[in-house]
Amino acid sequence: MSREHRTAERPAQHLAEQPADERTPAIEVVDVTRSYAFGSTTVDALRGVSFRIDEGEYTAIIGPSGSGKSTLMHLLGCLDRPTSGRLRVSGRDIGELSDAELAQLRNREIGFVFQAFQLLPRSTALDNVALPLLYRGVGAGERRERAAAALRAVNLGHRLTHRPTQMSGGEQQRVAIARALVGEPRILLADEPTGNLDSRNGAEVMRILEELNGERGVAVVLVTHDDEVAARAHRQVRVRDGLVERDSAAPAPAPAPRGADDDVHDDVHDDADDGAGVRRLGA
Amino acid sequence: MKGLEAFRVALDALRGNRLRSLLTMLGIIIGIAAVIVVVSIGSGARQQIQSQVEGLGSNLILVVPGQFDTGNLSSNAPATSTLQISDGELLADVVGDAAAVTARVGSGAQVRAGTVERFTTVQGSDQNLPEVFDRPVAEGSYFTGADVDARRRVAVLGSRTAELLFPGADPIGRQVTISGTRFRVIGVLAEQGESFGVSQDNEVHVPITTAQRLFAVDRVDAFAVKAPSAQSVPQLSEQLWRALKDEYPDQTFSAVTQTQILGVIGQILGLLTAVLAAIAGISLLVGGVGVSNIMLVSVRERTREIGLRKALGARQRDVLVQFLVEAVLLTTVGGLVGIAIGVACSLLVDRLSPLPAVIEWWSPAVAFAVSAAVGIFFGVFPARRAGRLDPVVALRTD
Ligand SMILES: Nc1ncnc2c1ncn2[C@@H]1O[C@H](COP(=O)(O)OP(=O)(O)OP(=O)(O)O)[C@@H](O)[C@H]1O
Ligand SMILES: [Mg+2]
Repeated sequence: MSREHRTAERPAQHLAEQPADERTPAIEVVDVTRSYAFGSTTVDALRGVSFRIDEGEYTAIIGPSGSGKSTLMHLLGCLDRPTSGRLRVSGRDIGELSDAELAQLRNREIGFVFQAFQLLPRSTALDNVALPLLYRGVGAGERRERAAAALRAVNLGHRLTHRPTQMSGGEQQRVAIARALVGEPRILLADEPTGNLDSRNGAEVMRILEELNGERGVAVVLVTHDDEVAARAHRQVRVRDGLVERDSAAPAPAPAPRGADDDVHDDVHDDADDGAGVRRLGA
Repeated sequence: MKGLEAFRVALDALRGNRLRSLLTMLGIIIGIAAVIVVVSIGSGARQQIQSQVEGLGSNLILVVPGQFDTGNLSSNAPATSTLQISDGELLADVVGDAAAVTARVGSGAQVRAGTVERFTTVQGSDQNLPEVFDRPVAEGSYFTGADVDARRRVAVLGSRTAELLFPGADPIGRQVTISGTRFRVIGVLAEQGESFGVSQDNEVHVPITTAQRLFAVDRVDAFAVKAPSAQSVPQLSEQLWRALKDEYPDQTFSAVTQTQILGVIGQILGLLTAVLAAIAGISLLVGGVGVSNIMLVSVRERTREIGLRKALGARQRDVLVQFLVEAVLLTTVGGLVGIAIGVACSLLVDRLSPLPAVIEWWSPAVAFAVSAAVGIFFGVFPARRAGRLDPVVALRTD
């Protein structure tokens, strides 16, 4: 496994000042379908979806159950390949990449947060968070340091050696977020991140995600059933029956990132200097 | 992921399931230990027999009736020997030394001294035996050529027989009865020791002429010929055989050297050891299947973990290596424990049982290599299955 490449240019702040059309799309989805063969029948989970997600954007995907949201997230996260259509992640067409290259792309560009946390039950918070770095060939010492910094950034500096079973749901999801951000990805994908949490812990998780987006310019895409959560995103994409039914940033392809839509709340950054906010990683 | 990391991850996984890891290893431990013990006993037996054959005396050639076939020690031996005592002169002429040839006829018989009675081997031989077979007399003397010619009823006892028949007493000059005939004891042979727990000193030597009358036979079982030097053995053996063949063209004889005997014994023991080791190896195979089975269970149990690792950037190869290292770790740790147990058991067998056991340096080395190979062979299928899991499907499993 090659050493980590530190992407030199990831100037999220600068991007925010550029005109929207000149931004590099973090993800570009063109006419994507995904069908599951089911014996003699096929299930068309996605039936032709197109949109783009820009760097530093904060998008909520909403829609009824079974509409294809998770299927879409798996594709955006390079865990799956489209049946047809084109999908570019960080400028790379995932249809042209080998399995190993896809794994590398996931490792470097994408952070996942799952509804069910998906932590290794026998490993400490530190080891759980360090996992993505393991597959990047980062040495043990640096892994520990960066994992500890990521945990401190989600206010879990006092839980480094706790195991998932010794933590509350909210804490576990914050560990999962630390794991998603430890590799400094360009894109963070969260499929119902608050689905297993009570409202207080859910709010805490949402604040951390918003701050990641605001301070670090990480593009956040989250799936949610919670209208309030969705309303706080800059942009809402509604999926129904495997199609994009409504996109608050439409008409594509060049939506203004913020302030252009009624649904977008601009108060995201108010929390930035809050003591509990996301702290800068490393030193 | 680097090798060392894979090793650590595997170790953590095995530690997380200690009891199961231990039980899985048990198959490998037993298999490896059994193979080590069998091989050490085989080596011990070979070494002991080798030292015995060499202990017969150096540069020895045995002349026996029938065909001595490498691969079978006793094949085609005729029911009745065709050799006569007089043939000894023919052989002595070939060697050029009358004292270098000794004849032998043997049988089991009841030997009694006073009220003590024993069943033992009675050897008919001649005055040349102590020299040819390197068997010195410890007390008294061996019989002479005159004793042989006159068919005297004199006996020389093996040291163990002497002890059994005359406990705590000096047997020289005393009487023994062999199959109803009385003999006078004139000597006791030096002790030879045990082989496979059986004393080699339980025998009675009498003049061959007397023995033939006692057993009512006129055959000779074998002649032993001592060659003047090691280099002369092969040629002399050929010459001895030729001389007999010229005399009796329509009979078969064999002149066998110690090297040939050792070769045959080595082959037989080697085969025996291989068969036993293969049987022991089957338990190793079963152990390997156990490892495969447990690894498959482990892959299934950890499907979500595998999906997660893949989502976080583990390649197919990383997952495969992780599970393969786990399997190899199981079998090599099991192998090391098995080696320790096998070596300890071999030492115990050697010390506590009549069987000799010698641990050859290569057997633990080979055992270790084999246990690692078993891990790779039986681990690769579950590991590939783990590596190929679809992350989306794997993450959804519970
Ligand atoms: N592996 C699969 N095999 C067959 N059908 C599948 C598979 N995965 C998803 N589907 C189908 O695809 C459709 C979309 O599923 P998806 O999980 O994307 O829905 P969702 O919008 O995430 O729903 P929810 O809100 O309940 O999570 C569903 O009809 C589902 O049954
Ligand atoms: Mg879903």
